Amino acid sequence: MTQTPDSTTGLDWIEVGPLMAIPPLGARVVKHPSGEIAVFRNREDEVFALRNHCPHRGGPLSEGIVCERRVYCPLHNWGIALETGSALAPDEGETACFPTRVDNGTVFIGLPGSGGSP
Amino acid sequence: MGKRKLVVVGNGMAGVRTVEELLKLAPELYDITIFGAEPHVNYNRILLSPVLCGEKTPEEIVLNDAAWYAENGITLLTGKAVTEVDRHRRCVRAADGTEVPYDRLLLATGSDPFIIPLPGKDLPGVVTFRDFKDVDAMLEAARSGQRHAVVIGGGLLGLEAANGLLKRGMDVTVIHLTDTLMERQLDRPAGALLQKSLEERGLKFRMGAQTAAILGESRVTGVRFKDDSEIPADLVVMAVGIRPNVTLAKQMGLHCERGVVVSDTLQTFDPAIYAVGECAQHRGIAYGLVAPLYEQAKVCANHLAGLGYGRYTGSVTATKLKVTGIDLFSAGDFSGGEGTQEIVFQDPRRGVYKRLVLDAANCIKGSVLYGDTGDGSWYFQLLRDRTDVSEMREMLLFGQAHLGDSGRGGSSNAASLPDTAEICGCNGVCKGTIVKAITEKKLFTLDEVRAHTKASSSCGSCTGLVEQILASTLGGEYSATPSRKSMCKCTERTHDEVRAAIRDHHLITAGQVRQFLEWHNPDGCSSCRPAINYYLIATWPGEALDDPQSRFINERAHANIQKDGTYSVIPRIWGGVTNAQELRAIADVADKYAVPTVKITGGQRIDLLGVKKEDLPHMWADLNEAGFVSGHAYGKSLRTVKTCVGKEWCRFGTQDSTSLGIDLEKMTWGTWTPHKVKLAVSGCPRNCAEATIKDLGVVCVDSGYELHVGGNGGVKVRATDLLCHVKTPEEVAEYTAAFLQLYREDAHYLERTAPWIERVGLNFVKQGIVEDAPGRQALAQRFHDSQVHAQIDPWATLVAQEKDTHAFEPLASLA
Repeated sequence: MTQTPDSTTGLDWIEVGPLMAIPPLGARVVKHPSGEIAVFRNREDEVFALRNHCPHRGGPLSEGIVCERRVYCPLHNWGIALETGSALAPDEGETACFPTRVDNGTVFIGLPGSGGSP
Repeated sequence: MGKRKLVVVGNGMAGVRTVEELLKLAPELYDITIFGAEPHVNYNRILLSPVLCGEKTPEEIVLNDAAWYAENGITLLTGKAVTEVDRHRRCVRAADGTEVPYDRLLLATGSDPFIIPLPGKDLPGVVTFRDFKDVDAMLEAARSGQRHAVVIGGGLLGLEAANGLLKRGMDVTVIHLTDTLMERQLDRPAGALLQKSLEERGLKFRMGAQTAAILGESRVTGVRFKDDSEIPADLVVMAVGIRPNVTLAKQMGLHCERGVVVSDTLQTFDPAIYAVGECAQHRGIAYGLVAPLYEQAKVCANHLAGLGYGRYTGSVTATKLKVTGIDLFSAGDFSGGEGTQEIVFQDPRRGVYKRLVLDAANCIKGSVLYGDTGDGSWYFQLLRDRTDVSEMREMLLFGQAHLGDSGRGGSSNAASLPDTAEICGCNGVCKGTIVKAITEKKLFTLDEVRAHTKASSSCGSCTGLVEQILASTLGGEYSATPSRKSMCKCTERTHDEVRAAIRDHHLITAGQVRQFLEWHNPDGCSSCRPAINYYLIATWPGEALDDPQSRFINERAHANIQKDGTYSVIPRIWGGVTNAQELRAIADVADKYAVPTVKITGGQRIDLLGVKKEDLPHMWADLNEAGFVSGHAYGKSLRTVKTCVGKEWCRFGTQDSTSLGIDLEKMTWGTWTPHKVKLAVSGCPRNCAEATIKDLGVVCVDSGYELHVGGNGGVKVRATDLLCHVKTPEEVAEYTAAFLQLYREDAHYLERTAPWIERVGLNFVKQGIVEDAPGRQALAQRFHDSQVHAQIDPWATLVAQEKDTHAFEPLASLA
C-alpha cells in the first residue's frame, strides 16, 4: 500500500485499488480506522470518495444507486452529491468528502497527513 | 449584449410563480420587470377570507416580500397599471407614462370581478371581494357600526365573504339566483345541507331571487328585488363571478375569446408573448383554481428559459374545499342525466352526503361529497383512470377505508386534531410540523409536502389526512390536478408509454430507452432505473440484460439490508415444509457465522439476521451445499407460497394443499414481478393459510379449488376477489402462471396486485384469465418461457462470480 505525502496540501495520497475493480455506476468500500469510505465510479469514469455514512440515519452510501454525480442512499432514498457530500434539496445535511486521483488506472484517495484522521 | 428583458404584467400568484419557476431554471437569462396594478407585493388571494374574518393578518398571507424581489434582481413597479403595449416596438407603457421595452412579455392580468349592471352599482358601499382594497372596505363598514350586509352571489366567494362579515358582527343576507348554493360544485341535496348548516350559524338567505336595483342616494341603503320586495343594506358585496381581464390583451391585438387564447406552451398568437393564470384561456378553459395555474407556470417557465419541451395539456380538476369550516369535495360532471346512474349515501343527522354519478360503462363520471371527504382522492383517481367499478359497486360509497386499514387511512377530521397529533406514522411527522412547513415554505401541493416534511412519502396511508390539512391550512381550497402521472422527474412519459415503447421498438437496454424517449437525465434516477430494468427483462426475457447497478441494494446483494448495514439471509423452504437435515444445516450456518438473531418469518421460513456483507458469499456456498436456494425474501419477485397441512394430515382438509403449494412454489420461484408477490394454499374454507389476503390465493374445497386474486396484507389490508373455480391442480397451475404473467406484463413497477386490480378492474383480469382460454394458455406459456431465463439461483451465480471479483469484500483495508 503506497502512501505519498503531498507537501502542498498536507494530504497523503493513499492507493486503494484498480479503477476496474469498481463497478461503473457503483461503488466499493475502503475500510479505515476512522470509518468506512465509499469510492464511487460513474459512467464517465470519474471517481468520488465519501464517508460511507448518510447524514440522515447513517446508511451505507456505497450500496446506493448512482446517477451522474449523485448517489441515492439505500435506506431512505436521500440524494447525496458526490462532489461535495451534501444532501440534495430539500433535505439538509452532509457527509465528509475526500479528494481522489486516478493514476494509470489506479485509484488514490487524499487523506489528511499522518498525525490527523479524516 | 446584456441580458434579455422579460416584462410581466400582473403581480399575482400565477405570474410570480412563473417567475419563480423561471429563476430555478435560468436565473441569469433575463432582466425582469413586474408591473402590478395593486400597491402590494405578491400575496395569496385565496387567504383573503381568513383575513376578512380575522383569522389571519395581511402580513401572514404575503407570498413574496419586498426582499425577495430585491434578492432576485426583479424590478417591481407597484400601483402602476399597464395601459398600452406596442407589439412592433416591443414596448410596454403604464398609465403614468413609464415605458419598459421587452424581449418577452408575460401577461398575468388575472380576472376582474363581474359587476352586475344594476342601477346603483356605483354607490359608495358597493364592493367586490377580490383584493385587499375590498377587504379594507368591508372591515371599515363592520368597524363603523354598519348593520346590514347583503352579499349578491351564493358561490364559494360569496359564502366566504358572508361568513367573514358575520364573524365581524354584521347582519348578513346572501342573495342567490338559483335555488342551490354553490351549484358549480354541489348538487341540490348537498347545497341544501350547506344552506341549513350556514343558517344555523346565523346567515340569512334569499334563494331564487334576482336583484333589480341597489338603492340609496349618497350611499347604499338597501336592495330591491324583481318581485319589488326590499331589504336594508349598508354594505353590498358583489360576488357573482369573475371574468378574465383581457382589456390589455385586446388593446394590443391578441386573439381573445373569454380569455387570452394560449397554446399548450402558454404562448399567445404573438410568439414573444405568453399568458398564464386566470386571464389565459387554454383549450377553451379559463381556470380559476390554483393548481392548474401553477402547472401552467411550470410549463411557461420551461419555454421562457429556452428549454422548449414543456407541454400543458389542461387540468382535470377536483376541488376539496373548506367552506366556512365544512368539508366539500367535487370532481367531474355530476349533473347526471340520460345514460348515467347514481349512487347516493346520506346521513343528514351526521351532516354527510355522498353522491357518485356513473356513466354507461360503469365508470365514475362525477362525484359530490359533503361532510365526509376522505375518499375524494380515491374517487377522483378512479374517475381519471376510467376504472370499471361494477365489481366494487356495493361498497363503493363506504369508501376505500372500509376494507380495513388498521385505522390509519380514510377519513378522519384532520382539522380537529391537535398540533401534536402524529399524522405520518412511518416518518413520525406531527400535524404541527406539516402546518408549519405549509405556511413557512409556501407549499401548495401534496408532492411539496412530501418533499419537505416526508409526511405521506413512505407507505402513503396518511395521504387523506395530509390532504385535509392542506385544505384547511390553505384557507379553503386545495385542488389535486395530476393530469397524467409521469414515471419520474426525468420524463413526461407515463409507465404505460415507456412499456409500449420498449415493446413496439424492441428496445433492450436502458441506454436505448433513455435515448429513444429523450430522458432529461442521462443516467436516470433512483425511481426509473429499477423500473426500466424490470420492464426490459419482463418484455424481452433472455435478450435484455439485467443491470445490477440499476437494482436496489436488496436485489443486487440478494439479501435484505438492515438498519446498521448488515444483511438478513432467508433460504427458500418450499411451501413451508422442512426436515431435520435442513434445520441442522441452517443451525450450523448460524453457529459458523455467529449470526446474532435467528427468526421464524411470516412467510413460513427462517431468517438469519445480522450477517456482514463479506460473509454473504461464503454463507450462500454453505447453504447451497445443503441443498438450499435463495428465498428471494428481498425482491420484487415471488416471495413465498404459504400452506396449511390439508388432506395429508388435517381432518378438515379437502385437498392436498401442501403438495399443491410446493408445486406452485417450484413453478414460480425466481420470477421478477412489478412488486412482491405472495401466494398461499389453504386446505379448506377455514383458510388457515390466510389465502384471501394474498396476491393469488387458493382455497381448496371439496369440488376443487377456488382461485382468489388481489389480496394484500400489510398497512392497507385488502381481501381477495374471487376469480373463478377450477377442478384440478393442473388447472390451478395454468391459471396461476397466466395470472402472474398478466400482472407482469400489465402492472406498473411498484404496483402491488391490489392497487393494480383496483385500477384496471377485476373484469379485465377475468376476461384475460377466465373467459379467454387460448389467451390464458398463451399467457401461461409466456410465463414458462420467461422462467427459463429467470429460474436460476442468484446465490449460486454470485458465489461463482465472487471467486473472481471479490466484489463483496472491501476494496482495501487501510491501517
